[in-house]
Amino acid sequence: MLHLTAMRVGSLLARRATTALTSSSARMATHGHGTGELSETVDMSQPTYWESVIVPLPDIPYKNELTAADKSLKQKEKGPWSQLTKEEKIALYRLMFCRTYPEMRRPTGEWKTVMGGILFFLGFTGLVVWWQRAYVYPTPPRSFDEEWQAKQVKRMLDMRIGPIEGLSSKWDYEKGRWK
Amino acid sequence: MSLQKPVMRGLLARRLRFHLPIAIAIGLTSAVSFKYMVTEPRKRAYAEYYKHYDVNKEFNAMREAGVFESVQPTGK
Repeated sequence: MLHLTAMRVGSLLARRATTALTSSSARMATHGHGTGELSETVDMSQPTYWESVIVPLPDIPYKNELTAADKSLKQKEKGPWSQLTKEEKIALYRLMFCRTYPEMRRPTGEWKTVMGGILFFLGFTGLVVWWQRAYVYPTPPRSFDEEWQAKQVKRMLDMRIGPIEGLSSKWDYEKGRWK
Repeated sequence: MSLQKPVMRGLLARRLRFHLPIAIAIGLTSAVSFKYMVTEPRKRAYAEYYKHYDVNKEFNAMREAGVFESVQPTGK
């Protein structure tokens, strides 16, 4: 669920993610398991295969070691392309690239995780605020009392605050009640 | 397997041709509706309020309510 597409993360993280996913052995160093190092160290001084929606042509083809069948296909590719069958063209594509554009752009459903996380933490924050209201807040100032608020409104009406479109315009002065 | 060549030029012009009239229309509509839903009623409300406004009556009412410091209610 937390699969990050190359577009969203910085290039370095995307590079790491793609090289971790792809399996071309041309980029894997041949260390033994007992050396205490990562079994897959990538030589970052060499061009790496990095695919992204914004980079149509990566630095190197996806597959570097070709089987005999692949090699013969590559030979055939040197001729006119109209002689290639559809399957051969697709095979050639898959030699050059790991994913197609629709596959790169596929929806990941990550938004559900994000929305879920947002709502969860909003709820948690609500609980925290509730606890704070109960155990942390000091007594409110007296201007928060019902009685004080009523007196405040009465004083505002006496002073004719907002007489045309505001507060006092909603009060009927003859009848002594709200309109 | 022959795809159509995608459009390579005039992309901004096409976008503007589509969005600019919409933007202008929305702008004009917002201005006109604001004028007739907010400013005109407000002007009428003010005119109506001041048509029969008696300043002395208002002053005395406020004085009796005791909101002034310069004059006290007539009782005192």
